[in-house]
Amino acid sequence: MLIPGDKIQVACHHQEGHGHTHPHSRGDTKVHNVKSGRREIKVVRRVLDVNEKMADENRELFNRHGIFVLNMMSSPGSGKTTTLEKTLAAIMPEIRCAVIVGDICTTNDADRLSVSGAPVVQINTDAFGGDCHLAAHVIEKAAVNIPLDKIDLLIVENIGNLVCPAEFDIGEDARVVILSVTEGEDKPLKYPLMFRESDVAILNKTDLLPYLDYDVAEAVSSIRQIHPDMPVFEMSSKTEAGMGPWLDWLREQVRDKLHMG
Amino acid sequence: MHEMGIAMQIIEIATASIPAEEGDVKVARVNLKVGKLAAVVADSLRFCFEIAAKETPLEGAELGIEEIPVVARCKECDVKWTIQGPAFNCEKCGSGQIEILSGRELNIESIEIADEDNENADTGR
Repeated sequence: MLIPGDKIQVACHHQEGHGHTHPHSRGDTKVHNVKSGRREIKVVRRVLDVNEKMADENRELFNRHGIFVLNMMSSPGSGKTTTLEKTLAAIMPEIRCAVIVGDICTTNDADRLSVSGAPVVQINTDAFGGDCHLAAHVIEKAAVNIPLDKIDLLIVENIGNLVCPAEFDIGEDARVVILSVTEGEDKPLKYPLMFRESDVAILNKTDLLPYLDYDVAEAVSSIRQIHPDMPVFEMSSKTEAGMGPWLDWLREQVRDKLHMG
Repeated sequence: MHEMGIAMQIIEIATASIPAEEGDVKVARVNLKVGKLAAVVADSLRFCFEIAAKETPLEGAELGIEEIPVVARCKECDVKWTIQGPAFNCEKCGSGQIEILSGRELNIESIEIADEDNENADTGR
């Protein structure tokens, strides 16, 4: 609904030359020209500061136990659970792992992952309003069911979504985004925040390349356009081809965290 | 997709920001700063806010959304520039070592309270 006198906002954030003008400018004593008959009260708070505070508390908790926490994100169906299954099989028991897995409904992923022997906590966000992401308070609740003294690595498999999870800090040390070769090469350009906020990227399902017209160089270039120095691991979780560098990176992170603590 | 949760946070913070001495007042407008990199769609946020504000002191309030451009600084050559498209290399030296100075904001800057005399005119829409 448009209210008379209201400004139309352009929904697309990256459209250039949007047509409205801003009455606001930085450094003014007044942020906005307040209509007569109104009083402005300064607030100046981050909207998500409650989440950020809880994420910091989670981070402190995990730091005390020397646990490296990885937030794994991707669109639905890009291979998060398979990547996790194969990763756990490769690094356990050398690295003691636990998993928090988020889905709106079902415990299918938890069932698949518990085969690894790692403690798995399934979160169904339908109890939290069907949320499209995991927020810090959800991780705090899930962490109660994880033996923190007995693990070195906690992997959080976030909800399949390239938009919302990027906005929510959960108290992780690093973020990995998975992109599969059955998705468009330009996905990073369409979801810049996700690729900007991630620390490493996996380009998954490379075993399918012979059957696709997929341009790996273009995909990697899209990632580098958003995050120039980000490591990109090209691999297939299904065949395990190319997983070595990814596993080495993960082992190194866990080792560094242990030595810090 | 998560705009409803954000709308509810805005309402919670705005309601808590009404000074106690104001008593039972209505908030006419909430002013936000939203960075262009933030994963928030303004239209979707307005829609959710209108629904979530029902039966709160913010019912019928406008959302003033100021979009904040993405400004970056190159860590190599110190140049500052506004990022227009999805490209995060230094526009001068091409380095990828950059720091985002603004564009991630999702802040409540202020609320505006309608004086009682004007309240009917403001809520009559």
